Amino acid sequence: MAHDHHPTGLSRWLFTTNHKDIGTMYLWFSFIMFLIGGLMALGIRLELFQPGLQFWDPNFFNTLTTMHGLIMVFGAVMPAFVGLANWLIPMQIGAPDMALPRMNNWSFWILPFAFGLLLSSLFMEGGAPNFGWTFYAPLSTKFGPPSTDFFIFGVHLMGISSIMGAINVIVTVFNMRAPGMTLMKMPMFVWTWVITAFLLIMVMPVLAGAVTMMLTDRHFGTSFFDAAGGGDPVMFQHIFWFFGHPEVYIMILPAFGIASHIIPAFSRKPLFGYSSMVYATASIAFLSFIVWAHHMFTVGMPVAGELYFMIATMIIAVPTGVKIFNWVATMWRGSLTFETPMLFALAFVVLFTLGGVSGVMLAMTPVDKQYHDTYFVVAHFHYVLFPGAIFGTIAAVYYWLPKWTGNMYSEFWGKIHFWFSIIAVNLTFFPMHFSGLAGMQRRVPDYNMMFEGFNQMSSIGAFMLGFGQIIFLGVLIHCIKGGKGKATDKVWEGAEGLEFTHLPSPAPYHSFEQSPEVK
Amino acid sequence: MSKANNKNVLFKAIGITALMTVFAFAMVPLYNVFCEITGINGKVVVSEALYDEVETDTNRTVTIEFITSINRGMPWEFKSTINKIDVHPGELKEVMFYARNYSQKTITGQAVPSVAPGQASFYLNKTECFCFDQQTLKPGEEIKMPMKFYIDPELPEHLHTVTMSYVLFNATSKGSDSVAAN
Repeated sequence: MAHDHHPTGLSRWLFTTNHKDIGTMYLWFSFIMFLIGGLMALGIRLELFQPGLQFWDPNFFNTLTTMHGLIMVFGAVMPAFVGLANWLIPMQIGAPDMALPRMNNWSFWILPFAFGLLLSSLFMEGGAPNFGWTFYAPLSTKFGPPSTDFFIFGVHLMGISSIMGAINVIVTVFNMRAPGMTLMKMPMFVWTWVITAFLLIMVMPVLAGAVTMMLTDRHFGTSFFDAAGGGDPVMFQHIFWFFGHPEVYIMILPAFGIASHIIPAFSRKPLFGYSSMVYATASIAFLSFIVWAHHMFTVGMPVAGELYFMIATMIIAVPTGVKIFNWVATMWRGSLTFETPMLFALAFVVLFTLGGVSGVMLAMTPVDKQYHDTYFVVAHFHYVLFPGAIFGTIAAVYYWLPKWTGNMYSEFWGKIHFWFSIIAVNLTFFPMHFSGLAGMQRRVPDYNMMFEGFNQMSSIGAFMLGFGQIIFLGVLIHCIKGGKGKATDKVWEGAEGLEFTHLPSPAPYHSFEQSPEVK
Repeated sequence: MSKANNKNVLFKAIGITALMTVFAFAMVPLYNVFCEITGINGKVVVSEALYDEVETDTNRTVTIEFITSINRGMPWEFKSTINKIDVHPGELKEVMFYARNYSQKTITGQAVPSVAPGQASFYLNKTECFCFDQQTLKPGEEIKMPMKFYIDPELPEHLHTVTMSYVLFNATSKGSDSVAAN
């Protein structure tokens, strides 16, 4: 385009307000964080390959589990979804850009500083935070290392970044939709993201409050979580999980949206039950606010409380089941093909359901008292996060990459990446169900001899899984450099949505300066 | 599509964020009020109750157990002189607690009470308790501390054992506890 002029080199990326540039930066940032967090996971699996202490001292092991969790949750999964939102939402609703482009730039550029603060704590005296990603008081207040304060300010910064990103999505979706695109005509990815954005602006302030209370407890003589001064450490868990439970849906709802695009495209059928999908997503979001204490069944709640939280938690299985049945019904009698995005989306549906089933098991108070803080919990949340959130993101990248770059990726290597990942992910996390049920605790560097077999399987799987993501990096670079030739404008035979029907591949730097008509 | 519309939605979203920030801090008092009203968490009201000739129900006996523990970084010995006592509801009883500072420093202690089952906390009335204020002991000093209580005769029938727990915290100067622990 003739007026397509913008700064080049470094200043293009520093000063950009273009949603596509910012989306690209978010995605690369999250991929780098994914690799760093993955290296930490490999450090954990290395130590757990054998019982006894081999590589790390126990404190550094705790540091690894803590930083792995924090980096994967806040550095990999969340920025990846914000990156996808930046790339896709304006194109999918027919808008020229995000509504608040300068704030968009700011919300990205806060992130390197937030994670710089967090990662710098690894090199400090006393070590990095070692109290688990849930940073329960008083472990993090009274007994946390000095670097805990860097962690606190890191969390403040990433909270500000997420809130700004979420506000941007809300304003964009409410104000910038193309004429004719009513709310109930919005693509599912946009729907799931706007609901996620509401979750974000409602719970990130609570997280910020919790770390602020930690900060004042540590340095300014308050006693929010200190029983000696009239506070209560159990209250920390309530505040944390009031943030924490909606947070886990923040990490999965956009992936629900992604699956709702990919499965219809490769089934060559429209999505089954669109409006029930919207309502199911909204009810999952609502329920996420009233079930937080199911993370705390062992703190000594009264039976009435345990019953309530158990039943409320199990009710979440209903809207989630609606979504899963809708995806299956979409595929029913469709003419399916199995390109890489579809393979990842199918693995998402199957393995996320498996993680959901272990979630229902954990929701049962009486059995949770056995499962609590064992590897069964680790297996559960890795099944919903790796094959859930991360496979969802990978599926989205494969699905929209030809639209972004204009080039087709290598289908052969994409499939290799898929089969490698699906075997490795199950090899890594499935044995954890068994070691957890047999009583192996989380966050401990040593374990009983009897768990050795399960742990060796997990460790071998983890290294395979890590290696598999290097294949992904190779496929990405190959595709950006030209790949397997030009992609068509529609890319996929069954693709739907404005980005495929109204824009060329690659999508131009400025798209939809004239609003498209949506019928 | 207009700028004014954007501002409108932007301010609403910022408003939600601000409200939730306030809510995060409001959770602290809300949590305490909720626990006090429902009796969840075994939180007991830390204030004096008055004993004015409550009728004693001699047909019923309730066992009261005492548990004491020391928080990390508190160099005191702390125990109750008896482990359990049988009382009739409505009867005023006194139990003595013993504490000794075996460190080389003057230390202030604060006992934090809790009751199990939590439901019993409504019916437990203390007219006097060392946990109402702090104690300061010089090195080697020891102290006997009284706790006077009575059980409300309204105590539900199914409760026949009530456990009173006291955790002693170092309250000398908040923030330096972890130093004292070393």
